[in-house]
Amino acid sequence: MLETGLIIRALARNKIGALLIALQIALTMTIMVNAIFMIQDRQQQMQRDSGLDEANTFYLTNTIFGQDYNIQAQLQTDLHMIRNTPGVVDAIQINAIPLSSSGWSMALQHEPGEDKDAVGTAVYMVDEHAINSMGLELIAGTNFTQEDIELRKDGQSTWPAKTIITKAFAENLYPDDWQSAIGKTVYISQTQPMQIIGIIKALQAPWNGWNGVERSMLVPFHRESKGSYYFIRTEEGQRDALMPAIEKALAESDKERIIRRVTTVEDTRKRSYRQHNATNKILTTVVITLTLITGFGIVGLAIFSINRRTKQIGTRRALGATKGQIMRYFMMENFIISTIGNVIGCIGAVALNMWLVNTFNLSPISFELVAFGVVALFIVGQLAVLYPARKAALIAPATATRTI
Amino acid sequence: MFSYYLRLAWISIVRHWGLSLLMVCAIGLGIGAAMTTVTVNYLMSANPIPEKSEQLFYVQLDSWDVNDPFDDGLNPPDQLTFTDSTNLMRAQKAFRQNIQAQAFGVIEPEDPEMLPLIVNGRANSADFFSMFNVPFIYGSGWSNQSDESKEFVVVLSKETNDKLFGGTDSVGKSIKLEGNMFRVVGVIDTWQPKPRFYDITTGAFNDSEDIFVPFHLIEDEKISRSGNTNCWKPSGDGFKAFLASECIWTQFWVELKTEQDKQDYLQFLNAYVEEQKQFGRFQRPLDNRLSNVMQWLEAQEVVADDAQMMMAMSFMFLIVCLLNTVGLLLAKFLGKAPEIGLRQALGASKSTLFSQYIIESACIGILGGILGLFLAYLGLKGVENLYGDYMQGLASLDTNMAILAVALALISTILAGLYPTWRACNIQPAQQLKSQ
Repeated sequence: MLETGLIIRALARNKIGALLIALQIALTMTIMVNAIFMIQDRQQQMQRDSGLDEANTFYLTNTIFGQDYNIQAQLQTDLHMIRNTPGVVDAIQINAIPLSSSGWSMALQHEPGEDKDAVGTAVYMVDEHAINSMGLELIAGTNFTQEDIELRKDGQSTWPAKTIITKAFAENLYPDDWQSAIGKTVYISQTQPMQIIGIIKALQAPWNGWNGVERSMLVPFHRESKGSYYFIRTEEGQRDALMPAIEKALAESDKERIIRRVTTVEDTRKRSYRQHNATNKILTTVVITLTLITGFGIVGLAIFSINRRTKQIGTRRALGATKGQIMRYFMMENFIISTIGNVIGCIGAVALNMWLVNTFNLSPISFELVAFGVVALFIVGQLAVLYPARKAALIAPATATRTI
Repeated sequence: MFSYYLRLAWISIVRHWGLSLLMVCAIGLGIGAAMTTVTVNYLMSANPIPEKSEQLFYVQLDSWDVNDPFDDGLNPPDQLTFTDSTNLMRAQKAFRQNIQAQAFGVIEPEDPEMLPLIVNGRANSADFFSMFNVPFIYGSGWSNQSDESKEFVVVLSKETNDKLFGGTDSVGKSIKLEGNMFRVVGVIDTWQPKPRFYDITTGAFNDSEDIFVPFHLIEDEKISRSGNTNCWKPSGDGFKAFLASECIWTQFWVELKTEQDKQDYLQFLNAYVEEQKQFGRFQRPLDNRLSNVMQWLEAQEVVADDAQMMMAMSFMFLIVCLLNTVGLLLAKFLGKAPEIGLRQALGASKSTLFSQYIIESACIGILGGILGLFLAYLGLKGVENLYGDYMQGLASLDTNMAILAVALALISTILAGLYPTWRACNIQPAQQLKSQ
């Protein structure tokens, strides 16, 4: 331990150089820990289950422009045609697509009245084929029946008597026991009663950035509207072939409408999280380059300080220091600098995180992540100094006797 | 002397090429990262209409639920009810005023061979075009008269005109939109404000619309509206009830020439709300706002959180790179102590030495700046690829940014070089010469 004191005294003579590396390590640590944290946060968001059978589903928009058009009859014809196409598992008309960023929302409350607390939810207007068409899992209660489906005109303000909600929504409404939600009456649009008849495992809302993204409700409606989506589930591996086929069949069966935006749910997910993905890639690049820069900075400075001390190193070797001792000296020196850097870095990382939490509503970082940062930077420092230290160890004792 | 120092700097840079390369790369990466994020932020927060951004005001009235304020009571609602914006429109108290909402429709081309077209539209008042300095190739906007008599008139974007009329002057011709014949009165030249300030609620960086039609046609359901609708109070059945409801879905802009006009207009708004309170509406405390373009963009937080976060990070990144450079320059200059001592002994003054080493730092800075510029270009290309449509047109370097990049590199490297240079100049010649 005598050596440690010696190294610290030697460092004190070249305070600035050591401090510069320490500061660099500190800042690298600050950025690295927070960047990794942000990456993890986004990855977790992206991994949430949408509830859909994503690999085998797609949708399209149906826009009617013909005048005096029998919307209701055509809807029945379309659904019948699609459902009976070989390879199609099931199909529905729907008003919004999960994760597509545009949709409908309403609020439900336990008691009727104007000034009661209400919980927001995404609304999907579907028929009894929804669970099968979307690949949802009904975990309690029952599905809608054909008799439950009502026809909804544009601008209509009344709601059907039954609804199916997601488990996350049930947990929000009935925190003690989500299963008790079955059969309960809740109120939509402040005063209209609705009975919860079923609970599905998961179905995400259209808005991935919304904190209530897990809250959705199915409402038994067929819409008499000039614009709607058809949502279709196919058998495994049939999707890509059926997409153009169904588009063509729909477009050709009726010339007074436009079939557009035939899109897979997988693409919608990709699009929805495109920004997340991009940000993650950039952050990863930042972390890697930053670590490299710091590493190379340590190498450069170490080589220089060794060059300057060639004579001293030679002298130490001449006085009996082994190669291992010389190497250990420089490794130890780096370790001490890294310690200072890491201590400042921990403070910096937490400070930056606090700022991010305040400014951008992020959550606080975990202790494990900071610990990981510390270990990682110690390793980077030691690896970086390895080559210069080896070089130092190879300085011949005879150097001491020569002048530069 | 300057060119001599340049030559010395060059020799020194080449002799320690490994170290120099490390410094240039570090500065280049730092500048590249910083410039990429600065550019994105700069373009996101650009003033889309500098010539009159101070005279255009977005109107907000707090018509929301008394029990459950909009935005937790921090800001009034971001749109107006149909009732309020039509009342304000009718009052005509501002120099110019525009009521608007997003719309969409299907155009059926005359040519039966052509497929019908779904278009994104804007339903707005006649003043829209003069207020926002919309450039026209053919014709012009419609008149206030057309608004009042609810004429079926339409202004096309250049793209739509190209599709429907092959780019020819289509003023006076008709198109079939949602089953009705609309007369074309004007064709807009390419017009894509970034951010699209006149409607932030449907996306600040969305494309501008394909067609523009009079707002009042929505009232008669001749055009379908789209965009965001937000309600706190249930409305009755049917479209009429919806129009009369407390749902917000319209936007209202006014043009006011002077500060006095603005104060007067605000007073008018307050008086209007007081009057409405008597009908039982506007139960919340008075909170009416007039925000000019930049204030409105700021209030709506148009610059994405991600972009700001990245900018903060990239500046810290630049600082790391500079610390790196300070350290390396220090090592390099101190390594030259014997040489410096010798020069001092031969009569070089401190200021001569100072300029010599500062020039050497500056050279590294410029090289780093050029590399940084190149990296920023690559970075912006990458950003554009990664983010797709969202960043379209938001990721390009202009001359200002290029100059800024090199200047930033130069200044930061000179700053980074100050301390090492100062240390180098303070070397004791006697001590150095003794050890030679």
